[in-house]
Amino acid sequence: MPDDFRKITPDADHGFSIAAPPRRFGTGGQSAARRDGLAKVTGAARYTADVSPAKALHGVIVSARIARGRVAAMNVAAAMAHPGVVEVMTPQNRPPLAQHPDEKRHPFNFRHEALQDDRVRYAGQAIAMVLGDSLEAATEGARLLAPVYEAEVPRIGFDAAEPWTPQMVGFFAPATHEIGNIAKGLADADVVSEITMDTPAQFHNAMEPHAIVAEWVQEDGRARLLLDTPNQGPVMTAGLLAGYLGIAAEDVVLRTPFIGGGFGSKLMIYGAMVLTALAARAQGRAVKTVLTRAQMYGPVGHRAGTRQKLTLGVARDGRLTALSHDVQALTSSFEDFVEPAGRASQHLYAAPNLAMSHIGLRGDIGTPLAMRAPGEASGSAALEVAMDVAADAVGLDPLEFRLRNYAEVDPSTGQAFSSKALRECYAQGAAAFGWAGRPLAARSMRDRRGRLLGWGMGTAQYLCTMYRGEARVILRGDGSAVAEVAGVDMGQGAWTILAQTAAEGLGISPEKVLLRSGSSVLPDGSVAGGSGHTATAGTALSEAGKDVVKQLTALALNDPKSPLFGAGNSGVLAVEGRLLRADNPAVGEAYVDIMARAGLRDLTGTGVGERAAENAEKYAMFSHGAVFAEVAIDPDLGQILVTRMVGAFAAGRILNPRMVQSQLEGGMIWGLSFALHEEAVFDPTSGKVLNDDLAGYHIPVHADIPAIQTMTVEEIDPFVNALGVKGVGEVGITGSVGAIANAIRHATGYTPTKFPIRIEDLPL
Amino acid sequence: MKAFQYLNPKTLPEALAAMALPGSVAYGGGTNLLDLMKTGAATPDGLVDLTGVQALQSITLDDAGNLRIGAAVRNATLARAPLLRAHAPMVAEALLSGASAQIRNMATVAGNVLQETRCPYFANPDAACARRDGGQGCDARVHAGREHAVIGWSEACRAVHPSDMCVPLVALDAKVELSGPEGVRLVALSDFLTLPEETPNRRNLLGSGEIITALVIPAAATALAGQSRYLKVRERTSFAFALVSAAAAVQIAGGKVIRARLALGGIAPKPWRVPEAEEAMVGRAATPETYRMAAEIALQGAAPSGDNGFKIELAKRTVARAFEWAAADVPGLGRDLPASVFDTIPEA
Amino acid sequence: MSGLEFVVNGAACGVALEDPRVTLLDLLRDRLGLTGAKKGCDRGQCGACTVLVNGARVNACLTLAVALQGAEVTTVEGLSEGGNLHPMQQAFLDHDALQCGFCTPGQILSAIGLMNEGESGDDVARVREGMSGNLCRCGAQPGIVAAVQEVLQAHSSGSR
Ligand SMILES: Cc1cc2nc3c(=O)[nH]c(=O)nc-3n(C[C@H](O)[C@H](O)[C@H](O)COP(=O)(O)OP(=O)(O)OC[C@H]3O[C@@H](n4cnc5c(N)ncnc54)[C@H](O)[C@@H]3O)c2cc1C
Ligand code: FES
Ligand code: FES
Repeated sequence: MPDDFRKITPDADHGFSIAAPPRRFGTGGQSAARRDGLAKVTGAARYTADVSPAKALHGVIVSARIARGRVAAMNVAAAMAHPGVVEVMTPQNRPPLAQHPDEKRHPFNFRHEALQDDRVRYAGQAIAMVLGDSLEAATEGARLLAPVYEAEVPRIGFDAAEPWTPQMVGFFAPATHEIGNIAKGLADADVVSEITMDTPAQFHNAMEPHAIVAEWVQEDGRARLLLDTPNQGPVMTAGLLAGYLGIAAEDVVLRTPFIGGGFGSKLMIYGAMVLTALAARAQGRAVKTVLTRAQMYGPVGHRAGTRQKLTLGVARDGRLTALSHDVQALTSSFEDFVEPAGRASQHLYAAPNLAMSHIGLRGDIGTPLAMRAPGEASGSAALEVAMDVAADAVGLDPLEFRLRNYAEVDPSTGQAFSSKALRECYAQGAAAFGWAGRPLAARSMRDRRGRLLGWGMGTAQYLCTMYRGEARVILRGDGSAVAEVAGVDMGQGAWTILAQTAAEGLGISPEKVLLRSGSSVLPDGSVAGGSGHTATAGTALSEAGKDVVKQLTALALNDPKSPLFGAGNSGVLAVEGRLLRADNPAVGEAYVDIMARAGLRDLTGTGVGERAAENAEKYAMFSHGAVFAEVAIDPDLGQILVTRMVGAFAAGRILNPRMVQSQLEGGMIWGLSFALHEEAVFDPTSGKVLNDDLAGYHIPVHADIPAIQTMTVEEIDPFVNALGVKGVGEVGITGSVGAIANAIRHATGYTPTKFPIRIEDLPL
Repeated sequence: MKAFQYLNPKTLPEALAAMALPGSVAYGGGTNLLDLMKTGAATPDGLVDLTGVQALQSITLDDAGNLRIGAAVRNATLARAPLLRAHAPMVAEALLSGASAQIRNMATVAGNVLQETRCPYFANPDAACARRDGGQGCDARVHAGREHAVIGWSEACRAVHPSDMCVPLVALDAKVELSGPEGVRLVALSDFLTLPEETPNRRNLLGSGEIITALVIPAAATALAGQSRYLKVRERTSFAFALVSAAAAVQIAGGKVIRARLALGGIAPKPWRVPEAEEAMVGRAATPETYRMAAEIALQGAAPSGDNGFKIELAKRTVARAFEWAAADVPGLGRDLPASVFDTIPEA
Repeated sequence: MSGLEFVVNGAACGVALEDPRVTLLDLLRDRLGLTGAKKGCDRGQCGACTVLVNGARVNACLTLAVALQGAEVTTVEGLSEGGNLHPMQQAFLDHDALQCGFCTPGQILSAIGLMNEGESGDDVARVREGMSGNLCRCGAQPGIVAAVQEVLQAHSSGSR
């Protein structure tokens, strides 16, 4: 077994080196196999919970079982008396913090609980931490604390929560928007159709529970925190955490080589992270804390429950005259995140009068945060059903109706799209699915077993987020290269693709690029969220590669000994580790030779990935897609099976088709899950999530997942970024929820008013 | 988890002696008990692991044709046993519809019978639950949902017995063999599991120091083997407890029902069987109307215990479908087991 | 304190178990350094901890270590021999049957357990049903099912 490829361990500088696997363990080329595949199939991949420093203490968080009130007492003595329990941290003895957990110095300083007081503001919040020599001892110590509460009646659900009008929703998006005049648009309509849709609280439930291993070490004469934790924004998180600990940002080394799924829940600082770091400092020992599955239902975010109203005005010819999308979204009592669901309808269909609004509803729950396609997923679920209802009202096929309202420019800004191959997606998806000939009327198809069949579709759309990221590429004297970026691979295949982008910029084969990543000590590739990671970190790496090429070019062009000497005006090409004359590619020179002559052992280039401001101002940028689904429903028992799904997506340039397919399939499966399975149920008495596990909170199993066909329509987009890539991580969930809901509607005639769709909702 | 003593007897007398120690609890696969110990809902002082007791491991047919299944036989082993497939295939179907392959490899049949309800308040030691703590409270009174009972429940407890396996067993008159300080006794499974009424924490007739040593499926079950099915309805196609389920067996001659067996799962504190429903079918045409009639009788007195009234009609339809499916089955065929409810409608 | 003697990945292994509360999963991960099996729920609900005990797939999180006297345990670390991957591991690579990889060791062991059970053939519905005790939140199911099917196909044609 080639151990080097299997094991990915931190080097002395706290980075992780990830090489391309030998060919027999995975194909190379554009559709290159995952660089971390071998580590993952052999069990060698070390996730945070797999890291066990010598003599580490086990930390166990004690979670509140009420949602509102205070902790009146805890039996600390009983816990301390249990063999193996080393310390019990409570608000009484928690070491001081340099920044209050509720203080916001930065928009991503989400308010959290780090034992600042005895208040309980939602069920599942941290109220104490027990440290033990073994996990078993600490766990039992936590049980023995047996907290006594003074409970108040929690505010749970739409009716109990308190409305509030936010200025901003999601991450800095306006809460309201209107162009034209909705009232006038509705007055002009021949038909007005209105739907309401409730979506439930959903929890990310990455398979890997949140985990933290904290150890303080002396390095270069000062105390540094080595923090292993799965995290979607290592440099940002290290910096923010340093604020709470009162140390310099560079003294937090956050290592995150393997992330067992994030979906947005591993972007934030939460109490357990701060407390584990504090405990390790106070104890002078490494501390390892792993959240239980139940503890992921509260302090680490969720997708907010929403109540949405969509009003569509339609003219007889099938054109929208008005579209308004009004959202109420549940949120916590102490933080301001509002699910931006209304955004989903603002850039998709060409309604001349277009509006959205948001109301926050404060209750005694953990703060909802971004969860895969935040806003768009819930918003699209409602919008796509509303579109089918409206299509019916004017007797049009759902696809035809969408085509009649195809937006040639962004309907809410009038901007041109940087690229938009949605029409092609509709056509290719419909052809692959066999959409033509779909009967308009509901309940008109059956399969050979007599099951009700339905076909539905939905349009997928997601933003092309881009942040600012930095990267470094070092070309070595032997022609290989090291590409460095604090990148995050939580399953998207980032490591594989990022190495490809560096190689492309540098003009060498990806197999020659060693990626150093997964750590906050490396150049900030920005966060992996909003489907913007490849665009940002990838562009930075590509630019860094080009920077190296630029330096090589300067060396060669000015060196009389180089065959390229003086080729300045005609320019050079960087191909396969060689610089070639653009006007005569037969003349060229290998990088290694240029470097050798210049006496260079290595050559470093840096790059920034950032959207050009003028493009951002000028163009609307989105990934698009069309999703088609078939369901079969037992006519008596109502059991719903999704029998097939087809998704055609346009997301700019497709860097690695293998990774992209996997992201799109995953997104579509999330859509299926949203439509039919996921729902957190809150206990009105305690405010606790009743199904805070994986047996009661359902995500689909293998048996629920049909054959899924995905295809991509390549777009050439010079504006979105230098690489021409758009995101693919989230677009797959949008459109898919609606496609399944609409298929159910087609099969049964039932218009969903809530998700997930249940047996008892169907008119059977 | 509270600390405990672990005992692994090899013989039945050793096991009974271990059970006599204060705070001892029988331990099968642990898939339910260990889970509840982790949540803090169960806090035994000692575990008596019965899976090492040789006498509890066999599946045998006695001279009278009764099938005897040792208490520590694993669910997966039983589901695959040719003896069971011939004798009572719907029990195999029920077993294979339950949990996951991993859990079935671990779980024992006695543990399956004695598994606790999945009412979320039961597993949470901080919630009020009369079934767990013997008190008066029940948080499900405020909030009962899809997983709660629609028949046989009481104000004191709305919990459902979650087992799939027990549903066909009850339909087939299976018995539980118990051994304890007082000796050996045989109790009908349908009596062994009790209704909550006023004392929901008395969930069965297991005596102190007693263990289940075997389950016995009477010889009479064989006659129904060829026309019997277990049908489980749930939204997640697999790895989910039943929303409702039905075990139905019907013997038909000349187009008329001559014998029927029916029990329901997912709707009551124990597998729900109404002999009157079966008797009313006898002599009637083997038609959907007859099956529906039986379903109406079986669900008489059903009432929502919360936001779950839909389960009553769903249960009736499930009964009717299960009978149709059982009736359509070719007698005597060792059949493949379905992956989902969808296979219950024959292809046209 | 009791001494536990069992076989892990083909090698005899003795551990002093001072605490009967230790599950097989925690034993493997915390005391034997075999971190391939993952803890996704610790309650039998996700399959990430799947290992083979005497050839049968079980959830290590709901298995008490003390109960394993004399048992043979196989984890993902014990699958590849010499320089070669187990065919199931290779198939997972070939079909890109993973994303974050956290469920992967459990999926692979479960698939080998399914193969050992020898009942599903390569019928896709049965493979899906047989693998349903292993959740994958990333949505890698299409690749996983394809990988398992391929190995089962080769396996059944090889044994025919
Ligand atoms: C995630 C998950 C999903 C599941 N899904 C399903 C499902 O769909 N359908 C279904 O039917 N079940 C399901 N189950 C439940 C499963 O069937 C039970 O956990 C299992 O059958 C219990 O058997 P065991 O041997 O592991 O019992 P244990 O956990 O060992 O014991 C359970 C109880 O039985 C007692 N006990 C055990 N043996 C004896 C004996 N010989 N004498 C007296 N008392 C004894 C124990 O003291 C304990 O009270 C699921 C379980 C899990 C964890
Ligand atoms: S960790 Fe064992 S099944 Fe989830
Ligand atoms: S690959 Fe991430 S959970 Fe399966």
